[in-house]
Amino acid sequence: MNTVSAIDPRHAAQQRLRERVFQAATLIAALLVLLLLGGVACALLIGAWPAFAHFKLSFLTREIWNPVTEQFGALAPVYGTLVTSFLALLLAIPLSFGIAIFLTELAPVWLKRPVGVAIELLAAVPSIIYGIWGLFVLSPVLQRHVQPWLIEVLGPLPGIGRLFQGPPFGIGVLTASFVLAIMVIPFISAVMRDVFETVPDVLKESAYGLGATTWEVIWQVVVPYARTGMIGGIMLGLGRALGETMAVTFVIGNAHRISSSLLAPGTTISASIANEFTEAVGDLYTSSLIALGALLFLITFSVIAAARFMLLRLERKALSSV
Amino acid sequence: MSRRTLRKLINVLALTLSGLATAIGLFFLGAILWTLVHKGLAGLSPRLFTAMTPPPGGSGGLLNAIYGSAVMTAIGILIGGPIGMLAGTYLAEYGRTARISAVIRFVNDVLLSAPSIIIGLFVYEVLVVPMGHFSALAGAVALAIIAMPVTVRTTEDMLNLVPQGMKDASTAMGAYHWRTIMSVIYPAARSGIVTGLLLAVARISGETAPLLFTALNDQFWSGNLAAPMANLPVVIFQFALSPYPNWQQLAWSGALIITASILLLSIAARFVVSSLNPGGRR
Repeated sequence: MNTVSAIDPRHAAQQRLRERVFQAATLIAALLVLLLLGGVACALLIGAWPAFAHFKLSFLTREIWNPVTEQFGALAPVYGTLVTSFLALLLAIPLSFGIAIFLTELAPVWLKRPVGVAIELLAAVPSIIYGIWGLFVLSPVLQRHVQPWLIEVLGPLPGIGRLFQGPPFGIGVLTASFVLAIMVIPFISAVMRDVFETVPDVLKESAYGLGATTWEVIWQVVVPYARTGMIGGIMLGLGRALGETMAVTFVIGNAHRISSSLLAPGTTISASIANEFTEAVGDLYTSSLIALGALLFLITFSVIAAARFMLLRLERKALSSV
Repeated sequence: MSRRTLRKLINVLALTLSGLATAIGLFFLGAILWTLVHKGLAGLSPRLFTAMTPPPGGSGGLLNAIYGSAVMTAIGILIGGPIGMLAGTYLAEYGRTARISAVIRFVNDVLLSAPSIIIGLFVYEVLVVPMGHFSALAGAVALAIIAMPVTVRTTEDMLNLVPQGMKDASTAMGAYHWRTIMSVIYPAARSGIVTGLLLAVARISGETAPLLFTALNDQFWSGNLAAPMANLPVVIFQFALSPYPNWQQLAWSGALIITASILLLSIAARFVVSSLNPGGRR
């Protein structure tokens, strides 16, 4: 009984109070995360409202972007965003897949960590660095060596030839896609490597035991097992490519028009906002740029949410199989 | 050619291609770093750290931009870090199984990869418009919003690594939950939490897009948080796109400084983890 009376009731009350305060503080901080996402959505909608109300649905279907006559349409930036991201993924997926295979199945143990860290460092480089590198180093190389070749060899072909017309500007949709691809490779390959590592060794060893080659194990055992996670990683990379601003702004050329040639300058949603926002005069102009931002938010939100959902499902699967 | 040879051939081909892919990835990392060192070193001098950003054609340094970046990054992590840690604590401890935690985790993951320019627009709407002008404070808040989800994620992951037995032992001594968290769980997870904070600093110190229309830029020294403030990323952006050679040179030197500090931070963060949890997570 002595121990009980040794507890000072005032001390106990103080402890209880602190417990409550601390618990409330953590809960409030956690709820702030929810509030933030809601706040972002609301702020964008409110800011974009004048543009949506003024142009109605034509905002989505028109290519025109004329600050002087205050006519704005989102088609060109939306098109540019989708095309650059799609091309970037087209280049980045095979490379990331190769890197992930190299890191999980091929590399000797002493090489695994340094190469893995180097690829991850590529992800830590700020996007503005990719931007100036793309503008001053990559685009002159493309302009002098790659684009003339593309125009000469692929240009005359029927069908895809239309994608490679016009003079080699250096900057443009293709260059932007190229820089984006280099940017998303580390993200996609890191996720792919992680999901490849969740494949149980027993599965791989059984296949090896049956006489399969390393490639057959990868293609017929590892890939089917890890498919959901791979798609999740790819969509995460897509989310990044869609919203990337600085790397694209430097090399896209900021031209509000849709051109069938990939060598022509274009624009993306984020590049338009970055280039024009501080210089926008007039409420309708500003509001139209925020409306572009709202569209970007909608597109990336759905892509990222789908990606996270897929990775979440994979995590549950991995947990239940342990 | 027998089927066996064909299979072997395909195998060798595929594995060679995957090695090649890795080589290409490493090549680009090397190419970017080489360009930065090559072009950045040319302008590296003590003046860079002692003089203000110059007008076109004049000589100068990056002092005000470095100072502004440091101030905004510091305020950003001081706001975003603690809030993120508290939220991560809720997810790992108080609300581990609560239904709302699943929602919060999901929303946090979405925020983690949300485009930073959207965060910039949000802060513009919420802070810049009501205040009537651009300000360093708005820039810092935008950076805090980007740092927060990173800290939430790492804090939760790290707290989950603390052995349940340690928590139970503290509870059995009669400690309240907050006392257990403060005196047992936080110290046990310290290295992981520090790593998370370092990664958050690395992430926000190179962010450009959210600063473009929050902190804007300033050609001179400004210690006023309510006014626009120079910062490295925006200075690099403006100077690199300018036609003046001296501005472009400063942009390259700034790019070298920023990349070197971020890579050092990221490597340091890795060492904190591997030295304190040997054999633990990557």
